[in-house]
Amino acid sequence: MTAGTTTTTAGGKAGQIWLGVVLYLVTAVVTVAFANFTMLSAYVLNLLMQASTYAIAVLGLTIVLGYAGQINLAQAAFFSLGAYSVGLGTTTFGLPFLPALVVGVVLACIAGGVLGLTSLRLGGHYLAMVTISFQTILSLILTNWVSLTRGPDGVLNIKRPTLFGGYFLDSGHYLAMCIAALYGVGLLVWHLRKTRLGRAMQAVRDNELAAGVTGVDTYRTKVVAFTLSALLGGFGGGLFAGGFSYISPDQFSFSESIVFLTMVLIGGSRSPVGTVLGTCLLILLPEWLRFLKNVYLAVYGGAVILIMVFMPDGIWGFVTALWRKLNPTMRIAPGEIAPLPLTREVGRADGSLILRVTSLSKHFGGLKAVDEVDLAIARNTVHALIGPNGSGKTTLLNVLSGIYRPIAGRIELDDRDVTRLKPHQRAGRGLGRTFQNIRLFGNMSVIDNVMVGAERPGHVVPGHAAGLTRHALAALDIVGLADRAHDAVGSLSYGHQRLAEIARALAGSPKLLLLDEPGAGLNHIEKNELVGLLKRLKGHGLTICIIDHDMNLVEQIADHITVLNFGRRIADGTPEEVLRNPKVVAAYLGEERVGASS
Amino acid sequence: MGFALQLLFTGIGVGSIYALVALGFVLIYRATNVVNFAQGDFAMLGAFAMIVLAVDLGWPYWLSILITLAVLVLFGALFNLGVYYPLRNRSFLPVIISTIGASILLENGVLVAYGPQPQSLPGLFASQGFNIGDVFFDSQYLLILAVTIVVVTFQYLFFERTLIGKKMQATSQDKEMASLLGIPVALMIMLTFAYSAVLGGLAGILVAPVLFVSVGMASSIALKAFAASIIGGFGDVTGAIVGGLALGVIETFGAAYISVPYKDGFAFLVLFVFLLFRPQGIFGERIAEKA
Repeated sequence: MTAGTTTTTAGGKAGQIWLGVVLYLVTAVVTVAFANFTMLSAYVLNLLMQASTYAIAVLGLTIVLGYAGQINLAQAAFFSLGAYSVGLGTTTFGLPFLPALVVGVVLACIAGGVLGLTSLRLGGHYLAMVTISFQTILSLILTNWVSLTRGPDGVLNIKRPTLFGGYFLDSGHYLAMCIAALYGVGLLVWHLRKTRLGRAMQAVRDNELAAGVTGVDTYRTKVVAFTLSALLGGFGGGLFAGGFSYISPDQFSFSESIVFLTMVLIGGSRSPVGTVLGTCLLILLPEWLRFLKNVYLAVYGGAVILIMVFMPDGIWGFVTALWRKLNPTMRIAPGEIAPLPLTREVGRADGSLILRVTSLSKHFGGLKAVDEVDLAIARNTVHALIGPNGSGKTTLLNVLSGIYRPIAGRIELDDRDVTRLKPHQRAGRGLGRTFQNIRLFGNMSVIDNVMVGAERPGHVVPGHAAGLTRHALAALDIVGLADRAHDAVGSLSYGHQRLAEIARALAGSPKLLLLDEPGAGLNHIEKNELVGLLKRLKGHGLTICIIDHDMNLVEQIADHITVLNFGRRIADGTPEEVLRNPKVVAAYLGEERVGASS
Repeated sequence: MGFALQLLFTGIGVGSIYALVALGFVLIYRATNVVNFAQGDFAMLGAFAMIVLAVDLGWPYWLSILITLAVLVLFGALFNLGVYYPLRNRSFLPVIISTIGASILLENGVLVAYGPQPQSLPGLFASQGFNIGDVFFDSQYLLILAVTIVVVTFQYLFFERTLIGKKMQATSQDKEMASLLGIPVALMIMLTFAYSAVLGGLAGILVAPVLFVSVGMASSIALKAFAASIIGGFGDVTGAIVGGLALGVIETFGAAYISVPYKDGFAFLVLFVFLLFRPQGIFGERIAEKA
């Protein structure tokens, strides 16, 4: 087929998925059976043992780094918690393997959770530093608390599970178990990104601010991602200890954390396939490069820089990008899209208020960006917020959506006080918004962007995954983008990105939709289409609050206008009243100095 | 009392090293918004260059220092071109990883050349130092202190009084605006890297006679310096100096009064406490993302 015309039905897509799952299972069974029944040399066995247990830990980094975009420079520390729990558990404390493994996983989870809870409010470089600190302190403890950890000598004679009459005591059988575990974890991590939690993580990664406003509890999502990552670190570490039956502190140093991180980045952090690829590659590479053993690590350091520069999304990311270039994305057949009920407020244009703002203020130092502003927006109207540059419109919108905390005043949405709520909680109450400088989740597909919007708290979409897809497609259809649903959002034109952002907000069936300069940067034709869209949305029963500089656009759609200047409300009323108000004219055209004589 | 004063002196000496490296961190961070994880490697390179020149080749000490610093200027510029510049428009994560890659490359390159056994570099002065009362003033620590004071003063004058210093400041505050005003932003960032490399190298040269010169010195110094800059307030020049000195003193006292094996842990424990209760550090301000 030629580019751009491929049409796939939902049934065809489901078929592809099933084919993938079957292939995956077949490969899994074959590899596990191979490990189980083949007599491998001790050398190969050790390599595979290391690769499979490491890969499990590195999959943790896929979640925290690849999905949620948070750095973790302590994966070796979580790995060591699992390893030492199994190591000391099965020797010093005489526990069987499985309970010791569970202890390790739980310990890693707790450590990850506590670390995440305390540091993820800061993110970025701070997180890097906190994880390094944790890693360093734990390494010191492992080396120096000799009475517990046996110090630098390490732990010997670690036990394996004695289940099934000691079946797993054999190294080959144990390896088969580790590989099976890896396949299981890999499948779960693969599945995660298509779940609500996984999409929330990716939204946080791509644009944390927009994620919050769209209804994602960003802090909780990051903590969960970090904890899951630590959990997989502990799990991999526990299996590792059983596999090698000997562990020592130097196997879990900071530099090992860096190795884990490099594995995930080289392979491609956004896909578990890439992760496993990267892990195997970096374990095998030193074996292949044995002839330059001496300079191997230096070459490896250089390779890391080169990969970052030339393959920023890792090897797998590079391959999939190439694949996408050769295979155009699926198009949606028009018949698949059912119309969408946009709001539960239809037919309530009764003059009652959806938003009531009373004497709201937000100051930055001495600057009164928003100063005792009152605002009342009636149900099922289009309310425009205008004012010259720097008059506080966007600041007001940011206070309304919870990005800024007001210093005084009260915001009521649908008769309930939301002044103290976080952005995602307000989204949960039915507040949707777009941004002046478009904030989409740049590495996700168009439809995934919209799904994040549909999955806001308190918004139930019936029909599970299929229902959610239908709902998201319907939202895209309203703005006219349904045929681009599976494209990368970054490939859309500027005007289409604006529309995609509106669709994302619409998908959450907002009670009130805040649009921050939706017309900015659009050409004449696109602006006319926007006017048409906004009128249709109002017809569907939506309430819209719009900021725009284009008076022509505002006049065409606004039922009510509020004018701000220097943070204060200077006029409020119908378009006819407001646009003739001398104060408004003065604010826009400059003060006329009547009778100025001095 | 004498013992405590002795510890204070040593702590400030060690802390000065952290402060110098931390300054390099902060300058690069301010110019590029990126944390350079290879900052400690600049110090390692400085120390090893001295081993090559002053010990292996037997050149005069002063000449070796000058050549080392000149080499580091060049190296800083190259580092900028190879590690930062190609990734300048990307998020901080790829750049961090790239600097980590550079650090692996450098440390293992030196390891190939010199092997794992630590080298030792003699001090600049023949005299070990002198006593005042109970306190022994080690000549190398005195030198470290003196150089730190000179560098900090020089840096202050450079950034506040010279045009090029002001251009570098402008670049770090607003790249777009700076470039609109005709400031060659890429060149300013290159200069920042070169100067940071010199700061790191200087720290390495100064600390080499006190410690053994080894590949491992890079990461231990870098981590402490990074911790110091966060304690002081990340991105703040005064903070980097104060944080570095504080960390040196805390560590020295901790090792003397609490535990030697956990000496390296105190820095991170203090850092941990700071991150939890005052993440903006001593001098830093809270930064929020603008919508």
